[in-house]
Amino acid sequence: MARTKKLVQWEPNDIKAELLKKYPPKVARKRAKQIMINEALENATPEIVANVRTIPGIITMRGCTYAGCKGVIMGPTSDIVNLVHGPIGCSFYAWLTRRNQTSASGEKNENFIPYAMSTDMQDQDIIFGGEKKLEAAIQEAYDLFHPKGIAVFATCPVGLIGDDIHAVAKKMKEKFGDCNVFAFSCEGYKGVSQSAGHHIANNQVFKHMVGTSTTEKTDKYKINLLGEYNIGGDGFEIDRILKKCGITNIATFSGNSTYDQFASANQADLSAVMCHRSINYVADMLEVKYGIPWIKINFIGASSTAKSLRKIAQYFDDKELIDRVEAVIAEEMPFVEAAQQDVLPRTKGKTAMIFVGGSRAHHYQDLFKEMGMKTISAGYEFGHRDDYEGRQVIPTLKVDADSRNIEEIEVEPDEKLFRPRKTPEEMETLEKNGLHFKEYNGLNPDMDKDTIIIDDMNQYEADKLIQIMKPDLFCAGIKEKYSVQKLGIPQKQLHSYDSGGPYAGFKGAVNFYHEIDRLVNSKVWSYMKAPWQENPELSATYVWE
Amino acid sequence: MLLRHTPKEITERSALVINPAKTCQPIGAMYASLGINGCLPHSHGSQGCCAYHRSTLTRHYKEPIVAATSSFTEGASVFGGQANLLQAIENIFTVYEPEIIAVHTTCLSETIGDDLKQIAIKADKEGKIPAGKYVIGAPTPSYVGSHVTGFSNMVKAMAGLAESSGKKNGKVNIIPGWVEPSDMRELKRLAELIGVDYTLFPDTSGVLDGPLSGEYTMFPKGGTTVQALKESGDSIGTLALGEWCSADAARQLDAKCKVPCSVLDMPFGLKATDRFIDALRIVAGTTVPDEVTYERGQLVDLISDMHQYFYHKRVALVGDPDQLISMVEFLVSIDMCPVHVVTGTPGKKFEKRIKALTKDMPFEVKVKAKGDMFLLHQWIKNEPVDLLIGNTYCKYIARDEDLPLVRWGFPILDRQGHQYFPTVGYKGGLRLLEKILSALLDRKDRDDPERSFELVM
Repeated sequence: MARTKKLVQWEPNDIKAELLKKYPPKVARKRAKQIMINEALENATPEIVANVRTIPGIITMRGCTYAGCKGVIMGPTSDIVNLVHGPIGCSFYAWLTRRNQTSASGEKNENFIPYAMSTDMQDQDIIFGGEKKLEAAIQEAYDLFHPKGIAVFATCPVGLIGDDIHAVAKKMKEKFGDCNVFAFSCEGYKGVSQSAGHHIANNQVFKHMVGTSTTEKTDKYKINLLGEYNIGGDGFEIDRILKKCGITNIATFSGNSTYDQFASANQADLSAVMCHRSINYVADMLEVKYGIPWIKINFIGASSTAKSLRKIAQYFDDKELIDRVEAVIAEEMPFVEAAQQDVLPRTKGKTAMIFVGGSRAHHYQDLFKEMGMKTISAGYEFGHRDDYEGRQVIPTLKVDADSRNIEEIEVEPDEKLFRPRKTPEEMETLEKNGLHFKEYNGLNPDMDKDTIIIDDMNQYEADKLIQIMKPDLFCAGIKEKYSVQKLGIPQKQLHSYDSGGPYAGFKGAVNFYHEIDRLVNSKVWSYMKAPWQENPELSATYVWE
Repeated sequence: MLLRHTPKEITERSALVINPAKTCQPIGAMYASLGINGCLPHSHGSQGCCAYHRSTLTRHYKEPIVAATSSFTEGASVFGGQANLLQAIENIFTVYEPEIIAVHTTCLSETIGDDLKQIAIKADKEGKIPAGKYVIGAPTPSYVGSHVTGFSNMVKAMAGLAESSGKKNGKVNIIPGWVEPSDMRELKRLAELIGVDYTLFPDTSGVLDGPLSGEYTMFPKGGTTVQALKESGDSIGTLALGEWCSADAARQLDAKCKVPCSVLDMPFGLKATDRFIDALRIVAGTTVPDEVTYERGQLVDLISDMHQYFYHKRVALVGDPDQLISMVEFLVSIDMCPVHVVTGTPGKKFEKRIKALTKDMPFEVKVKAKGDMFLLHQWIKNEPVDLLIGNTYCKYIARDEDLPLVRWGFPILDRQGHQYFPTVGYKGGLRLLEKILSALLDRKDRDDPERSFELVM
């Protein structure tokens, strides 16, 4: 059943040249800047070009701004009505397809996730404008559901025909009095990928919800968990661990979230950032406006989970919490280690490639390391340079035309609610002891020298890269799944996982070990050829025994 | 209750669609394009459209769905998408080397008024389309029609390739409509059994039901060839299956190349299949072989064997017009009662057809075009049913109302098999009956109390 593997040693530069060979010269020049050979641990890490336009006609993995805003950030919220203003498709495709789970923990147990709502714009709305229809749709949604909040999302034609969705939202909010109506100008053509949508969502969530709660949260060790979307129940597992440690999660942005969580986020004492790409804007704004410091954490991988818990405990600097965290880690790890020992003989030495997201291509490498697997090539679908090279490059980022049209909101310390969580001296001591605030070093330093890092990977390059490097596992999205698997190489969907999960936290790590063991060692990969294809020559006459 | 906010009381909605029973035109165009041999579908709009359509089709077919996009940015949206499409055409022919690119528009490119025909002419003039290769286009603004009309528009664009040499070639065009690759394969099998020389278009069999063999090719052997599409203008006739999916293309062939056409219902169930087979033999001038008559008899036999379980059972259905028309006819023909029928696709004709098919039923039949699944759910709450037939999204209603569900339609995201097992034709009818009976009896076995739980049913 062993798969025969042709081991041809390619030099990274030759691989890069091979990927670019067939492109028209203009395309090759552009793509060359987005394909980088890593110089990990060297001071002069070469610069990668990221967050730039995809070349028309090149089969990209990327989606649009609307997908980043409504699909990623707002989709997982349970008690806010998400109303899409536009033709029907955009609402339909974002309907339950991201596998965001929810325990519907809102006040009245509301759960609007199974509902797709749309103004279903018709040609007459495009010609005469859709504001009246939007107004009527908001009214109908309010009358039917009486939600706390209604979020309105713009799709491509809305921006083009000039519907003022913000004015309509404001008018309806004032009319209702007991329902917050706000809008997102997340037309699909804005920006260059989902990433612009994250930013737009961050801004509006911050402007319209954060800090509006009047209920005081009095629990100990209050944090916000930013950039966790509860796909396949990841957030449930993280919440289980946090609770066990005695850490209070005030608000998750935005897995399994409720309106009240967002509204209370200003009351946390620390923001813990999972997905840096999609949510770092909120982390920054929470710090400036309310004085909440943020740290980068990662709950993907058991050792990363333990490390993240320790970082949170270190921040609160309380022996009770530090001891509790250690006890939880000690209690959880044997189960994880047993699973690890079980799969290691079958997974050790295998290779993986990861091309997803703006964080996952980085985070999931920790899980693979725990299984003795090496990530031989990786890249983001919609990351920026800071996600590759670290936040220190942010001041040097060029703002191009596509980023310029995404609103940057300026926040100032809130007169009433701003409260420094630590004194400058305390912060300094924590930094000195290795707890770094506002720090993310990116993907590149964690990858080996000479690995190939590719931004905005596409179908053609993926196909070539797989044929050259023959990884044991390829990780990307659903669109890439079957073209990879046709080659006889298992593919794991790392956006919404296809099925299964959680993969976060301790139990999630165990699930992931088993899932990857199943994938890379499945017998099915040995069935590719029929006996007569393996031995086509009829060399002897068959003799009946 | 998953859909716990859905009230029983029905209030009029003028602007808000909840839980749609349709999606947008471009995805239909993309699916149709995949039924052309060597074709790369191209979405002329922003990236998200293409990503969403590819994802949904991939999840439904569990096969690679490749398609390119013009990747509009704000600049393109303001200044027009011509430059993007020209660049895309050049890149696609250089990098992926398809035989043909089938471009469909989106709400974005339609709103700004991009003219596909003019851009294709410009691309040709600039030498961006290699000799012997083609670019076709279909207008599919998302704010008109539905995924069904988008499919139809692309099929019409395919028929636009037809040429007429003045000499008939004896072939029959069969336009299958939006059915599964398995269904297309079954239609071809039936045509071959009857001895009809045919051109089926589009044909996604051999494209979206491919084997796992360790090899991947972007353009599998299946699909209707451009050559066959060109020659479809010389056919002796066209059978268009489905008024919504296929009629426009057939009528265009008639108008342009004088290929007479007949628009039939999609051959789901006994009667619609009878009409299809009969039409096929008449247009081709052949005799129906015993083998096909035998298959028909088997379906009649199964209807007779299962009739006791079907009789007067109340069914709610949601899906696309052509499929629903044939399915409703089939259900009526086995004495089931399709009492609630909803499609999201517009068309008053649909409501009329369903009313006509069900006029002799002993129950009132509610039917709505341009409806949604929220309304269907409310209907079910007010007048309960015994069975629900529709796509995967129906499972939320089925669970809340504790209803047996037969998954049939698009998309099916949580079960497999539709790629391989047809539901058209007599053999497809057998499968539909088996699915319906299993759903009903699995429920009975689950619910029957101990004293009446039985081995033999």
